[in-house]
Amino acid sequence: MSTETLEAPVVETVKMNGLQAINAALSEAMEADPKVLVLGEDIADNEGGGVCGVTRGLSTKFGTSRVRSTPISEQAIMGAAIGVAMAGYKPVAEIMLMNFTTVAMDMIVNHAAKLRFMSGGQSQVPLVIRTMTGGGNQTAGQHADFYEAWFAHTAGIKVVIPWTPGDMKGLYLSAIQDPDPVIIIESVKTLFVPMDTPVNQGPIPLGKANVVVPGSDLTIVSYGQMMFTVMQAVEELAAAGVSVEVVDLRTISPWDKETVLASAEKTGRLLVVHEAGRNFGPGAEIAATAQEVLFGKLKAPVGRLGAPYCAVPFAKKLEDAYLVQPPEIVAEVKRLMAI
Amino acid sequence: MSETPTNRAIPDAATQVDIYRRMIRIERNDDLTRQQIRRGRITAPYYSARGQECIPSAISVLLNNDDKICTIYRGIHDMVAKDMPLRPLWAEICGRVDGTCKGKGGPMHLTHPETGVMVTTGIVGSSMPIANGFGWAALLDGTKQVTVAYFGDGASNIGAFHEALNLASVWKLPVIFVCQNNGFAEHTRYENGTSVDFIAKRAAGYGMPGYTVDGNDPLDVYAHAHAAIERARAGEGPTLLECKTFRFMGHVFGDNDAYMTKEEKAAAIEADPLPRFRQKLIDDGVASAEQLDELTAKIEAEVNDAIDYAVACEFPSDDELRRDVFAEEIPA
Ligand SMILES: Cc1ncc(C[n+]2csc(CCOP(=O)(O)OP(=O)(O)O)c2C)c(N)n1
Repeated sequence: MSTETLEAPVVETVKMNGLQAINAALSEAMEADPKVLVLGEDIADNEGGGVCGVTRGLSTKFGTSRVRSTPISEQAIMGAAIGVAMAGYKPVAEIMLMNFTTVAMDMIVNHAAKLRFMSGGQSQVPLVIRTMTGGGNQTAGQHADFYEAWFAHTAGIKVVIPWTPGDMKGLYLSAIQDPDPVIIIESVKTLFVPMDTPVNQGPIPLGKANVVVPGSDLTIVSYGQMMFTVMQAVEELAAAGVSVEVVDLRTISPWDKETVLASAEKTGRLLVVHEAGRNFGPGAEIAATAQEVLFGKLKAPVGRLGAPYCAVPFAKKLEDAYLVQPPEIVAEVKRLMAI
Repeated sequence: MSETPTNRAIPDAATQVDIYRRMIRIERNDDLTRQQIRRGRITAPYYSARGQECIPSAISVLLNNDDKICTIYRGIHDMVAKDMPLRPLWAEICGRVDGTCKGKGGPMHLTHPETGVMVTTGIVGSSMPIANGFGWAALLDGTKQVTVAYFGDGASNIGAFHEALNLASVWKLPVIFVCQNNGFAEHTRYENGTSVDFIAKRAAGYGMPGYTVDGNDPLDVYAHAHAAIERARAGEGPTLLECKTFRFMGHVFGDNDAYMTKEEKAAAIEADPLPRFRQKLIDDGVASAEQLDELTAKIEAEVNDAIDYAVACEFPSDDELRRDVFAEEIPA
């Protein structure tokens, strides 16, 4: 067990939730850089400052020419964000929910992600796409999907899914200054849970995972609201004498191979847990990479837990069965440990 | 066809010759591109805009270098009219490292910010939402820059068109939406894919002026574009211009035109805007035949030089696969 991770420097913290953290990040970024813009449906204060209130107060502070409510036009939102970004601005464009990115897929995948490459480096699209999603709220098939694998599979766009409010603030600050398009997927549940957050949280680099809990028997890699589930399972496992190292991936693409593989090599076992479908999910990429690099060094095959191959269901009972639950994680860990 | 609301602007003699210069630049470039493909000297998918010359030519004389265009796969004429230098243009068509995009975009995805060519898209309808972003930037910057979004008649049936026009109107963006209506979307006849007899009518649905223009008459295009650009520069918002024209060479190079009648094609070619405008310039005493021939010869030499230059350029190295994906190079 590494002592550095245990003896982290004491930092002053304050309780805040994700909504407040993202609002603070946007506000700070807009204050510091007049090129930062925000656009999306209902995001200005006249329209309520966004469905969850993430952007509340920003249009009053910075004006509606920089914080613009848009019509319900996902392609138009992404197109305007791409053009204004190419013209030297740093737009943060909200697509209210992740399922609605499907309506703007051409703009995101064919244009935002590819214009730098197709122009031989002449075009820059420093754009942040904000979107929310997540199961557990009985919103069913068209309001709760995790599609990070779609975007991670597309060259030219970075994919971030933060868990803690502190990470949200830090990752937002980095994403806004990043010269390339970044999609930040907010797990709905994580927006409302207050957590200890360092005062004056600064930027957290994209592409860096966080070893949240050190351990020695097995590594669990997860991200987003699934981290809450993982943490519950890990507590139970600790009580049963299993020491799990927990890695919060934070950035899905490019993912932090170094940290994940080092941890898996150290513990000898790896389990990937995500809310997205298990089939062709990010876990497949991580497991395959671990197998390529650590073949012969692992004590068990890499495990993967994710959603079954169906749409997010409505009935609470089915939704619970759809989402990975702590007992499943405990059982899978025990299976990999052969106990 | 339809009248502009203000006094019709008429280009002076020098501007008329400049429109003609751009038209002939497009025509020579297009003709030689097809020749090079036929001879197997270059291999590229090519969407000829032969017949559509006068639209971007009459518009481009009204644009500055910092005015922007967002165009489509059938848009090389838009770039040539915007005076993109031909050497890098040809190098890009040939997939060479000295191309405008290092050979990574090709003829469907040229970019050349120096001449205002910001985006060339192969996705039908996608030029419009992005043009709005440049329009928004011009408002934020407080410049008088305008952005022209070029697209085809088929593109006006795509959601992106409708979303983009609505947003541009609500936000009063300095964007001119220019539909080059050549009567066909790939092989589909206009009336089999479009619900209105004139695309310009759709502007009314978005609270902006819309005009159907004779896209084969440079003076008509000029007058309408002049009014639209003035309107945009004055902060009054977007305009939709539907410029009626015809593409002589079918959808894509090698197309057999089976979906159109011989008669309609022959009639369209008969109405070729290029020789007609040339004759008009001579008849009006704006330029002499010798002057125009000289201009043509000069342009042809420029195109030939660009071709020779391009085929002599190197292909990009395989390392380019790791560059420009992100700002930072991807490690090997
Ligand atoms: C979204 C999308 N659908 C289909 C195609 C295939 N396609 C390429 S060109 C074309 C016809 C477009 O016609 P129009 O907009 O009238 O432009 P034109 O080619 O006549 O200039 C089609 C269907 C495409 N490129 N993009």
